[in-house]
Amino acid sequence: MIAELGLAALWLAAALAALQLIAGALAQGSRGEALAGVVRPVAVVQGLVAALAFGCLVWCFSQTDLSVKLVAENSHSAKPMIYKIAGTWGNHEGSMLLWVTVMGIAGAFVALVERRLPEKTMLATLAGQAFVSLGFYGFLLIASNPFARLDPAPEEGNGLNPLLQDPGLAFHPPTLYLGYVGLSIAFSFAVGALVTRDVGPAFARAMRPWVLGAWIFLTLGITAGSYWAYYVLGWGGWWFWDPVENASLMPWLAATALLHSCGVLAARNALRAWTVMLGVVAFSMSMVGTFLVRSGILTSVHAFAVDPRRGTFILALLAINIGGALVLFALRAGTVAEGERFEPVSRESALVFNNVMLSAILAIVLIGTLYPLVTEAVGVRVSVGPPYFTPASAMFALPMLAVMMVGPLLRWRRDRIGRVSARVLAPAAVTVVAAVAFGVAGPAMGWLTLAGLALAPGLAVASAMPLVGRNLLRLPLPVWGMVVAHFGIAVSLFGMASDAAFSVQKLAAVRVGESVAVGPWRITLAGVAPVAGPNWTALAADLRAARGGDVVALGPQQRTFWAPVQTTAVSALATRWDGQLYTVLGEEVRPAEGVDTPPGQSRWQLRLWWKPWVPMIWAGGALIALGGVLALLGRLRADLKRRYVTARGAARREEAGR
Amino acid sequence: MAGLKAKHQRLVLVAVAMLALVAAALLAAWALRNQASYFYVPSDLRAHPPAADRAVRLGGMVEKGSLRTEADGVTADFVVTDFKARVPVKFAGIRPALFVEGSGVVAEGHLAPDGTFVADNLLAKHDERYVPREMKDMTSAQARQTVSDTK
Repeated sequence: MIAELGLAALWLAAALAALQLIAGALAQGSRGEALAGVVRPVAVVQGLVAALAFGCLVWCFSQTDLSVKLVAENSHSAKPMIYKIAGTWGNHEGSMLLWVTVMGIAGAFVALVERRLPEKTMLATLAGQAFVSLGFYGFLLIASNPFARLDPAPEEGNGLNPLLQDPGLAFHPPTLYLGYVGLSIAFSFAVGALVTRDVGPAFARAMRPWVLGAWIFLTLGITAGSYWAYYVLGWGGWWFWDPVENASLMPWLAATALLHSCGVLAARNALRAWTVMLGVVAFSMSMVGTFLVRSGILTSVHAFAVDPRRGTFILALLAINIGGALVLFALRAGTVAEGERFEPVSRESALVFNNVMLSAILAIVLIGTLYPLVTEAVGVRVSVGPPYFTPASAMFALPMLAVMMVGPLLRWRRDRIGRVSARVLAPAAVTVVAAVAFGVAGPAMGWLTLAGLALAPGLAVASAMPLVGRNLLRLPLPVWGMVVAHFGIAVSLFGMASDAAFSVQKLAAVRVGESVAVGPWRITLAGVAPVAGPNWTALAADLRAARGGDVVALGPQQRTFWAPVQTTAVSALATRWDGQLYTVLGEEVRPAEGVDTPPGQSRWQLRLWWKPWVPMIWAGGALIALGGVLALLGRLRADLKRRYVTARGAARREEAGR
Repeated sequence: MAGLKAKHQRLVLVAVAMLALVAAALLAAWALRNQASYFYVPSDLRAHPPAADRAVRLGGMVEKGSLRTEADGVTADFVVTDFKARVPVKFAGIRPALFVEGSGVVAEGHLAPDGTFVADNLLAKHDERYVPREMKDMTSAQARQTVSDTK
């Protein structure tokens, strides 16, 4: 019953999206003005109805209603409740439903609160949003109905991939989706502005909170995903340049560029067409990412089941949405008036440099991700990995970071290097000293790693420079946001470079009672014992790690799930202020085949890492997101204040007129 | 850009952006030519062995009964086969849980001069429904066998 209600809600939401699109489009002409009043309420109701459909699916999963095909295929009655609910979006159909739901709710929110732009632009924006939503509704209803029934209902469900049964999964995909879909709002704003040729500071100010919000969620999602891969996969790595990771990185790069160009457009009315273009590109990258992940055309550890029909459908959606937006852009970009001018030495120029470098990195990642598909077409199979991505993207990232030291200090429009040179000197000196210190005293490392280690402390100092000589109490929140986010980049960069430079690894097979050394730690295997959880059993090692007086017990496991039957290694980590100890338990090694092993004689494989400073990678990511939150709060506060002042002004005028 | 008209400034910006993107594309093309690791199945590897230090991927089935652990307890020797050719593989590390004899595997590493493939990393399938895409070309009988073996 609930499943049918959900399906009905989904159809209703699709119909409302169609109405929203038609009404919004007709309202652009003079004859359709009667329809203008319909668009906003329809958008709100569409969001609510989509949320109802999603709620129904969550309900089916939480009750483990096995007569629903999706539940039977992806859930199991013995799972803990949190994974039952998380299982809703741990599969193809559910995650697409989450996608349209977030899109619908975001559209409803825009319809409710956004009143700054001319009404026609807003209606075009909402129509654009409905157009994109409609494609995804069609995809759900035609090619991947999440509410399909199974008759007869099976006795028990298939269960959820154990790798996905992790608290990280409960929050990681929805967070990323909020980011992806938040960019759809930026896309719709860009389309709306192109339709009405109304690109200016007001447009940038209206779009900016949405871009900021999406960017915060993307940053958090990528950071959480990286940490999840780090401790769940048990490989000790934090970024694999896997297509799915790239799929989340590409929208982030585009959104970061968009965020900065939005700032230029809002403050200086420059970079008009460029900002609109980035708005289109950012959401396109979200959809390319979805296409790559959902279609299964790329080999990936995250790949869902391969279904060519779905791949084709998403590819068609991609072509219609992106192609349509690009055609619109080509038709209208010429009529978007040129923006304000600026000098080569100015904040605008620094931000243009940032944008161009981010776009170049985006190109590097996109080309590397798609290259295997291209060579496949000519019959050569290749895979592209870190040896390509890391240096090629660093080639553009390092100059960008160097300019980041100077950019925030420059004035808008026109400046002299001489004016800021005193404040650039300190970070530059720190960078040089760090380069010499790490180059001489550090272990042997590649030049890229050294560049990262040297640049990070310099960047940290530079990020605080915009605070020099300002009254800290009266500094606007967005400036604090910028400082914190840039500092986060420095912190994260230091963690990444440290992982490459200082990590030590030890692989050994040890008997109970024996110990091995890794970095400053001495690790003793005290025993191996079986443990049981709600839907798994495991062998857990009892490790005692000691460094000086610091002794910690760690219990990495070989965990076997029974629905579906699958074994995974569960790592155990000890986090210290200066790094992380990472332990993985491998297989039991018997002395010889066929020989009876006396107890205590068999050895256990252990893989141990000491990773100095590595938690800074994710701490930095969290700081970047925090910076975004501060900036967003600052912008929203200013907006509310302005709204209040305008309202009061209007009220006064009314009173005076009486 | 002081003396430039707005229109000219726009042209300069477009030129700068295009230049950077073309540079990125050229760099990508050059780096991909050098850095992309090629995918081999055992018969390819035997027919056209790659240079000894070149990073490649080897995909195939782990031959049944071929898995041995060396005396150090962490180095594994096994044979990867596509049922036409066999390649001995050496891997030091913790094998992924889904790595079992008779199942599919993709090994990342390089070919040593003695003809052994030295793997730095093993990728076994992570999802009960996921098969490395490179292995889709194997005959359906082999694919069925893999599926039944791993279920």
